[in-house]
Amino acid sequence: MAHVSDLIADDIEQYLHLHQHKGLLRFITCGSVDDGKSTLIGRLLYESQMLFEDHLAALQADSRRWGTQGEEIDFALLVDGLAAEREQGITIDVAYRFFSTDRRKFIVADTPGHEQYTRNMVTGASTADVAILMVDARKGILTQTRRHSYLVSLLGIRAIVVAINKMDLVDYSEPVYRRIREDYEAFARQIGVEAVTFIPVSAFKGDNIVSPSPNMDWYRGPTLMGYLETVEIDEDRMQAAPLRLPVQWVNRPNLDFRGYAGTLAGGVVRPGDRIRVQPSGKESTVARIVTRDGDLEQAVAGQSVTLTLTDEIDISRGDMISAAREPAGTADQFETTLIWMHDEPLLPGRQYLLKLGTRTVTASVTTIKYQVNVNTLEHTAAKKLELNAIGVCNISLDRPVAFDPYTDNRDTGGFILIDRLSNNTVAAGLIHFALRRSQNIHLQPVDINQEAHARLKGQRPCVLWFTGLSGAGKSTIANLVEKKLHAEGRHTYLLDGDNIRHGLNKDLGFTDADRVENIRRVGEVARLMVDAGLIVLTAFISPFRSERQMARELLKDGEFLEIFVDTPLEAAEARDPKGLYRKARRGELKNFTGIDSPYERPESPEIHVDTTRMTPEAAADLIVEHIRNGGYLAP
Amino acid sequence: MTLTHLQRLEAESIHIMREVAAEADNPVMLYSVGKDSAVMLHLAMKAFHPSVPPFPLLHVDTRWKFREMYAFRDRMARELGLDLLVHINPDGVEKDINPFTHGSAIHTDIMKTEALKQALTHYGFDVAFGGARRDEEKSRAKERVFSFRTAQHRWDPKNQRPELWKLYNARKHPGESIRVFPLSNWTELDIWQYIHLENIPIVPLYFSAMRPVVERNGTLIMVDDDRMPLNPGETPMLRSVRFRTLGCYPLTGAVESTADTLPAIIQEMLLTRTSERQGRVIDHDSAASMEKKKQEGYF
Repeated sequence: MAHVSDLIADDIEQYLHLHQHKGLLRFITCGSVDDGKSTLIGRLLYESQMLFEDHLAALQADSRRWGTQGEEIDFALLVDGLAAEREQGITIDVAYRFFSTDRRKFIVADTPGHEQYTRNMVTGASTADVAILMVDARKGILTQTRRHSYLVSLLGIRAIVVAINKMDLVDYSEPVYRRIREDYEAFARQIGVEAVTFIPVSAFKGDNIVSPSPNMDWYRGPTLMGYLETVEIDEDRMQAAPLRLPVQWVNRPNLDFRGYAGTLAGGVVRPGDRIRVQPSGKESTVARIVTRDGDLEQAVAGQSVTLTLTDEIDISRGDMISAAREPAGTADQFETTLIWMHDEPLLPGRQYLLKLGTRTVTASVTTIKYQVNVNTLEHTAAKKLELNAIGVCNISLDRPVAFDPYTDNRDTGGFILIDRLSNNTVAAGLIHFALRRSQNIHLQPVDINQEAHARLKGQRPCVLWFTGLSGAGKSTIANLVEKKLHAEGRHTYLLDGDNIRHGLNKDLGFTDADRVENIRRVGEVARLMVDAGLIVLTAFISPFRSERQMARELLKDGEFLEIFVDTPLEAAEARDPKGLYRKARRGELKNFTGIDSPYERPESPEIHVDTTRMTPEAAADLIVEHIRNGGYLAP
Repeated sequence: MTLTHLQRLEAESIHIMREVAAEADNPVMLYSVGKDSAVMLHLAMKAFHPSVPPFPLLHVDTRWKFREMYAFRDRMARELGLDLLVHINPDGVEKDINPFTHGSAIHTDIMKTEALKQALTHYGFDVAFGGARRDEEKSRAKERVFSFRTAQHRWDPKNQRPELWKLYNARKHPGESIRVFPLSNWTELDIWQYIHLENIPIVPLYFSAMRPVVERNGTLIMVDDDRMPLNPGETPMLRSVRFRTLGCYPLTGAVESTADTLPAIIQEMLLTRTSERQGRVIDHDSAASMEKKKQEGYF
């Protein structure tokens, strides 16, 4: 009964004073319902008296109705009351529970469910100081124990407890405990997990949960609650790390005050400390730590603060304030581990938003080096990452960011990827290190630039990006447009899908991943040609909105004209100039756009050509007219 | 230097509020005048000091709150120099919706749920802070800090985003909105301890005093004004009572108590162990009521 001390009744003021100085520990429990995880959490809540009478009454009623423990209270029902939600198809990912003792407040991340296990565990583990791995004493170390251990160590949890549960069902046997312990230790060495504590318990009977079990006098270690109350908290360790303050919000109430607000991700800060702003590299000195209750003499990792500096320098949200002597790294290419969290797979080359600390940038995966099998820890080659897959990937950003390796600092080395169209969070990422080439490759400035090339040709270069179904008429219309421009003496070049696939892109197939890479390369080639002053015509199905958007963003505003050659599937299929639809329908051609691969219609193309109402000749005239009116043909 | 649990909770809440201030186009803080709102407001004052919070307060008023709540609300806005918006559902006023004639379910639906949606749409708020906590109720335990709503203000439980580390994804399409709960990880005890530690002003109704009440279905209801119809033979009696949660006075049960200081309230809470939502008539309407209300747009 850790929570109810006599102090509450006798001296509430003294009780409150004690409780104001409690720390906070976050932990995650790993294991399936069969291992007794829910029973354990229920038991911890019960023992710490965090159950209210009405909850308890409901629990007793539920235990009689649903419980599996006869007349006794089934603690699992406390946290498993999610059956209704499962029926409704609600995704249960992470549920958070709270209890406290005289020494600490606890936040438990409980991750039920099997299908989404990796995604859920990673989410819960990202903020946990401690992981409790549940092992059934009758079954010993299972594949899932290994999987949980790997994920927990991947996410940087340093304190791991292996709770060997259901000891009551193996007669509280010490040899059983020892064997499981030895098995686990052998495995832990393989994956580099240190500092493991083994506690034999019975969550159902209460052995070694709060008080030492009289049934296991051979065990001399801490009880589970005793361990949780005393284990070192990660945030304390972070105070010893170098100063890191990702700037969240610039506080400017008036012209005389300029403060930088954020949550300290590492170290300690005091007025007078020399700091460096990253990635700009400018240095200054901390003037004040401002709070509503007066200035502070110091602030530590984990606190949300507002700093002012002695110099007026340009700092905005997304910058990092670091210790001048121990600054963070800055780079735009990294090796990372990605944990994929969405139904739509990761495609290399596709652009995502990356949020690291308070900075959001554009990023794409350049290489998937390998995928990790979470059960066997084997490395396998992969072209994409599916939901719950874990891969080691190189990633490239559109500008440099300040960072630390994830193993040094979870808050400055952990990031999420966001899909640009759906806005979903699709991945969690852990930075390993900056790729050396990102520090050594610089853009070479040239004297004869795009403007000079264009001036000589007397035109404004641009890309006419034709998109539409196979057989829609893209190549036919593009060819006519090019002839008309050529006849006027314009400098043009037509990049045609089929032709490019015979040369530059002959190594690519038609999977989603290859289609993305196909379009990325075409986009880059078109950009070089625009740089050379040409009017570039491209005729590719380019079925995905995000890749067309990627190509658009390679160019300056106004240089990319999307032309939607709009032909209904039935019409294109009826034409079938290359006989491809027939092949696809017979199942001889996989991943064919419109049949078994999607085409995402442009939402607002610059030019919309409806081929059911217009001949190719008329369409070509319309396009030439459009670019003439747009001033592209003027010198 | 080890941070206490209250310091860490405070830092987390402030972090969440600043993240919203930085990323939202037009945020608002829902202010219900209760103790959780008091803590949320206090944290906002800290988060943006020396600026005032860069968003207004919105009180969705049902016209049936306790009189002391209105007085307290107006005083807080005035003293802190904050912009306070009050919205009352005009359709409900026209039909004279009230808890006595229409019952708690209809009253809550029209004057709270519908009214809130009206106000958010009317002002075009894209992010709204709410004071809900995960420990209040089982279905909230899995609620995100950033909870997404469709353009129709519906909560789609299948379409919520994972929240890792301190990273919140606040991106949304036009018309969509986000409810943000900065007090997600606070418990009732944390709230009271923090109020005590920080001397946060709260509505006096939380402290016990002699108040006129009648007993209905085992619940003590305070007769706060003369709009309350008394049943035959029912006479208000003066009892020493206080409130553990505040809402519409006809729907809020009082508890008999002599606790008239914060330590006494906390002591009472720790010794009498019934959860705070017991005092809310609205929760008893149907078993899965909270989940359903949430999908419909109730906080």
